Amino acid sequence: MAVRRLHPDQPAHFAFTPENMAWATATIAKYPPGKQASAVIPVLWRAQEQIGGWITEPAMRVVADLLGMAHIRVLEIATFYTMFQLAPIGTKAHVQVCGTTPCMLRGSKDLIKVCKTRIADEAFHVSDDGAFSWEEVECLGSCANAPMVQIGKDTYEDLTAESFGALLDGFAAGTPPKPGSQVGRTASCPEGGPTTLSDAALYDGSRIGQWQKRFAGGGGAAPATPAGPSTPVAAATPAAPAAEAKPFVHPAALAAMANAGIVKELEARSSGGRPLAASELANLAQLARVKGPAAYGAMPEDVVTIQPVEPVLLKGPRDGVRDDLKLIWGVAEKLEERMNALGIWHFDQVANWSPNEAAWFESQMPGFKGRIERDKWIEQCQKLATGWRPDSDAGERPKG
Amino acid sequence: MLADADRIFTNLYGFHDSGLKAAMKRGQWDGTKLLIDQGHDWIINEVKQSGLRGRGGAGFPTGLKWSFMPKADPRPSYLVINADESEPGSCKDREILRHDPQLLIEGALIASFAMRAHTCYIYLRGEYIREREALQRAVDEAYAARLIGKNNIHGWDFDLYLHHGAGAYICGEETALLESLEGKKGQPRLKPPFPANVGLYGAPTTVNNVESIAVVPDILRRGATWFESLGKPNNSGTKLFQISGHVNKPCVVEEEMGIPLQQLIEEHAGGVRGGWNNLMAVIPGGSSVPLVPAELCQDLTMDFDALLKVKSGLGTAALIVMDKSTDIVRAIARISYFYKHESCGQCTPCREGTGWMWRVLERMAEGRAEKREIDLLFDVTKQVEGHTICALGDAAAWPVQGLIRHFRGEIEKRIDTYHGGHKEAAE
Repeated sequence: MAVRRLHPDQPAHFAFTPENMAWATATIAKYPPGKQASAVIPVLWRAQEQIGGWITEPAMRVVADLLGMAHIRVLEIATFYTMFQLAPIGTKAHVQVCGTTPCMLRGSKDLIKVCKTRIADEAFHVSDDGAFSWEEVECLGSCANAPMVQIGKDTYEDLTAESFGALLDGFAAGTPPKPGSQVGRTASCPEGGPTTLSDAALYDGSRIGQWQKRFAGGGGAAPATPAGPSTPVAAATPAAPAAEAKPFVHPAALAAMANAGIVKELEARSSGGRPLAASELANLAQLARVKGPAAYGAMPEDVVTIQPVEPVLLKGPRDGVRDDLKLIWGVAEKLEERMNALGIWHFDQVANWSPNEAAWFESQMPGFKGRIERDKWIEQCQKLATGWRPDSDAGERPKG
Repeated sequence: MLADADRIFTNLYGFHDSGLKAAMKRGQWDGTKLLIDQGHDWIINEVKQSGLRGRGGAGFPTGLKWSFMPKADPRPSYLVINADESEPGSCKDREILRHDPQLLIEGALIASFAMRAHTCYIYLRGEYIREREALQRAVDEAYAARLIGKNNIHGWDFDLYLHHGAGAYICGEETALLESLEGKKGQPRLKPPFPANVGLYGAPTTVNNVESIAVVPDILRRGATWFESLGKPNNSGTKLFQISGHVNKPCVVEEEMGIPLQQLIEEHAGGVRGGWNNLMAVIPGGSSVPLVPAELCQDLTMDFDALLKVKSGLGTAALIVMDKSTDIVRAIARISYFYKHESCGQCTPCREGTGWMWRVLERMAEGRAEKREIDLLFDVTKQVEGHTICALGDAAAWPVQGLIRHFRGEIEKRIDTYHGGHKEAAE
């Protein structure tokens, strides 16, 4: 434990800026109603940022009142968690030097010496010009890049006394160097280049969908033959699986591929440098969902004999509210009753059927064979499951 | 060496784009719906069969942990992901959070579905600010693409929130983490009740490490048999190893469990500084496990069981290498200082014992001690170990025990030197 006390000189007031208040309200909403105290660390943190790097006693009271907590509870938090600074820090940089064993082995003591000579003899004391302060902290989780310091939000890694001195010069002059390794390493990659991850097949997209073979034909059952280690990955282009796909491809796989296809569309669209809005992305994702099964429908018929597999059935509708299955074009009251009796209550159940599961449903209905595909039930239901509704109560006649 | 095709963390170093579309091209979010369609129990079974053991240090089987969650409970269930990576030597989750965040988000969805949870909190350590920003960007992208969120394309409503701490190592302990997440000081809770019964907000909760969750989608896609075939029996799969200290090229690398220690250091970390024969000792699993002296390192493999046999542990697979220039007593004394600093103060043996052990070790590093105090120190570590609510007491005791077990002669030599020097001065 560390002994931590409040600073003797405290300002009289604290109030959040309107932006920070809005931010705090949004943060509180992350937690269930009545559990707003959960937000105490993030909100205190925000207060510390607003004050300029340390947390004052009036700010603790404001945070406690905001979250409906006793003042003492917030004081406990602020003194328990060592990233809350209880006294003013340097205006240009507060240096957190990691002094724990992995950094110590690689020379953090030299960095601390630099702190003592250049900033202040004692930790938490501000330098004479008020610009710098320092402390020795416990492991900052960058041990493969030791020794290191954290200043503000950034870490500066692989330091020596010299490069650390240059770093401080940079902060003093207002031109801090680029965060990260100061010897040019990329993250925690071994110096001189990686010893692993040189296989280009990891990055060209050729592995997408390959694994789904083991699910083929099994539907919901356990996979028949799991792939062994390092199974050579065939370099077939995933975009055209229907052409010569002997084992059929699960619609979900196609949907995933279509999702991957979005990527290209996104690239094309955002080439102007304009970031896509959330709704645009959602539309694109929806597009892919519809595209997938369409591709499946275009497969040669003689490729597979489909074994019926029972889909997931529900005893009753979820939350007691069933979907109006009559909105599927081709389904009327009678058929809806039969579907409900079998345990089908929602569009998304149908939307997620594999061919095997669709075959099972057809096998339960005399004289029904082929109708799911002809009437494009899965496509219809995928659309309906998103909340889209047709103009007519009888549903929308599928095209083509 | 592990084949690249068997690696899970394909963007470990951030050479590639960490954004969603690039992640998808690397095979993430590939047919997640199909996996979810296999059902809750299939997923848990598959994870059980894969032999995945928790990657946060204790090595508890992940699938088994998941199966403790109640199946029908009126309370909401929670998944909490422990990204409070603070164990000295550990720096693996950081790479996942900033370079391969979609792996974690996809894993979080699948794990939450398996445990019937609709809400997940990821608790990051306070110092990982840039990592938090990177992860938040990834979460926002996943929401925008409707991969997660309410009414997402996977048919399982799922909300994912980031939370963070503010510099307390103890919050990496699962119940302290839950306390912290509830807005209190991070002081561990007594178990039982276990979090699976009474966890976050008194509801069923599972706490998993970042790496444990991030490997799940790949295990499900490639199959439990694939994962189990890697590594050694009861120690299966791949693992992120972190090599720091006196090696030529410190790094983080994904390797097979059970890789020989020497191979790990020489192939990936450029060897021990000054050559293999210059090795003095290693701490194989982060600061809380006892050190292993060089003479036991020759044929040592990096897995839970082999390291237990040399009275150490795999922990988080954070390998701290020390060559012969190391002041071994000071190195361990610094670890003792760490635990003294991070003790939450709740249990007396830990609160008082950690400080006591550190002060005695500091004296021993100078030689300013008596030889009988070595046995006294060992005895005190035994009084702390096992007598506290959480494992921090054990973690503080073990490194000291390891030091005395293997380097007693070094401590005695310093005591002799110190006393010898003072005798001369007195004469």
